[in-house]
Amino acid sequence: MRSFIDRMRWPDYLIVAMLIAFFGYVWFTIEGTLNYKWRWELIPGYIIGYHTGREAYFANILLQGLAATIRISIYASILALVLGTILGVARCSQNLTIRMLARTYLELLRNIPPVVVVFIFFFFLSQQLIDALDLARWSRNIARQEDIWLWELFFGDMRRFPSIISGVIVLALFESAFVGEIVRAGIQSIPKGQREAARSIGMSRLQELRYIVLPQAMKRVVPPLANQFISLIKDSSIISLISVQELTYKTVELVASSRMIFEAWITTAAFYFVVCFGLSRLFSRLERRREGQA
Amino acid sequence: MDSQPIIEARNLDKFFGKFHALKDVSISVRQGERVVVCGPSGSGKSTLIRCFNALESHSSGTLVVDGIEVFEGSKDVRKLRQEVGMVFQQFNLFPHLTVLENLMIGPMKVRKVSRDQAERTARTYLDRVHIPEQAEKYPAQLSGGQQQRVAIARSLCMETRIMLFDEPTSALDPEMINEVLDVMVELAETGMTMVVVTHEMGFARKVADTMVFMEEGRIVEVAPPDQFFTAPASDRCRMFLAQILEH
Repeated sequence: MRSFIDRMRWPDYLIVAMLIAFFGYVWFTIEGTLNYKWRWELIPGYIIGYHTGREAYFANILLQGLAATIRISIYASILALVLGTILGVARCSQNLTIRMLARTYLELLRNIPPVVVVFIFFFFLSQQLIDALDLARWSRNIARQEDIWLWELFFGDMRRFPSIISGVIVLALFESAFVGEIVRAGIQSIPKGQREAARSIGMSRLQELRYIVLPQAMKRVVPPLANQFISLIKDSSIISLISVQELTYKTVELVASSRMIFEAWITTAAFYFVVCFGLSRLFSRLERRREGQA
Repeated sequence: MDSQPIIEARNLDKFFGKFHALKDVSISVRQGERVVVCGPSGSGKSTLIRCFNALESHSSGTLVVDGIEVFEGSKDVRKLRQEVGMVFQQFNLFPHLTVLENLMIGPMKVRKVSRDQAERTARTYLDRVHIPEQAEKYPAQLSGGQQQRVAIARSLCMETRIMLFDEPTSALDPEMINEVLDVMVELAETGMTMVVVTHEMGFARKVADTMVFMEEGRIVEVAPPDQFFTAPASDRCRMFLAQILEH
């Protein structure tokens, strides 16, 4: 394969030159008129900090935020997968009421802005749930104990546990609508003959779904579900609005305290990009390998 | 041969929306009888046998299969289907399961047979359809003829009393038709009650006790094969036979 530069023609050079000129101008404006003082050298310290008293490295706010984002995304996607599968099955149900309920949920979520949805879920659902289960006191008790590294590995700072949980619930409820549509499409892509064959050997509707339709449908929807997982990681930034201390929230905090607007946001953007782009490359490679086998 | 009817249909009508698919169809099938249903496409043959295991529900008339009255919303539908096997034109094997699992899933999940017992039964019937060596493969790795034989074995594993065949050889390449028909002939020799929708007249002549000719949703002619092939009573039937026997 020829290298990228070998394949460039004069229009490519022209476009590249224009881009360089444009960004150069933006750079110049910031430098000249904003009088902005770049302090890139401080950013690494906010990722991994060094505690002089204890003489040890520790994960500083940006890395803490990234860890929280990853944790929340994983839990939320598992919950969203469960809820979404139920929703997708409900959308294909024989029962009209069940079908209509699922449809209503979906249409509400599709036609209300995500930010509004997040606030509504937060105040009406997850907050009530956390109060009802008295999660705040339960997690504070754990936070007081010693040797809780396992808890912290899974949930970070235990004093923030209720907030993480409500973040996970809100995000999962929001994404479940989209997972539900993917699952429904998967179920409906299974040929009618499969259901008829299942029925003709005497299976009940539930058995037909469980042993014949769902296993095939779920296999087919792995690629779109993987993409939805990447969307979920990006969407997780919304829950910073309900004070869940994930990457976006931590960046807002950092900007407020240090005034490193550009550096902090560019770093955060890079974090999101690396995680999402990396996953998307990984998934497409796995999928190619899977196709190679089949 | 037992003269007791195992399928008894009286004045069946079936509508798909406005389309009148079955018109006042009455037919009875005795235990152990082999019935071959033929007729031009769209004549309602498939619809009729799909009513027999309640994959379609008839709009009016009465249908009793193996002592169970079939009607829309009946709670006995699952019981009925355990006694009535069905082989489809498109095989409809479960692609995510191996051949053996395809045969075992019905007995295990529906009849609640143990895994060992289900596997023994499955291997017996795979032998019967002459492909014991394909047990561990997936359906997509088999030829069409082999897939259809697995589908027959899958129905047999449910130990049904009646077998319905919905154009079992129509989706097959010509060189594979015979291997499937051979299995069906052998099955007929065991005394199984069979209702077969097919255009394979050689097969019909060999195994059928009764020939049924349908056209436009009606049963036009019912006759034993020697009479049916040599002296059909209706013109339409004669024309149809002339068309398909010409080649």
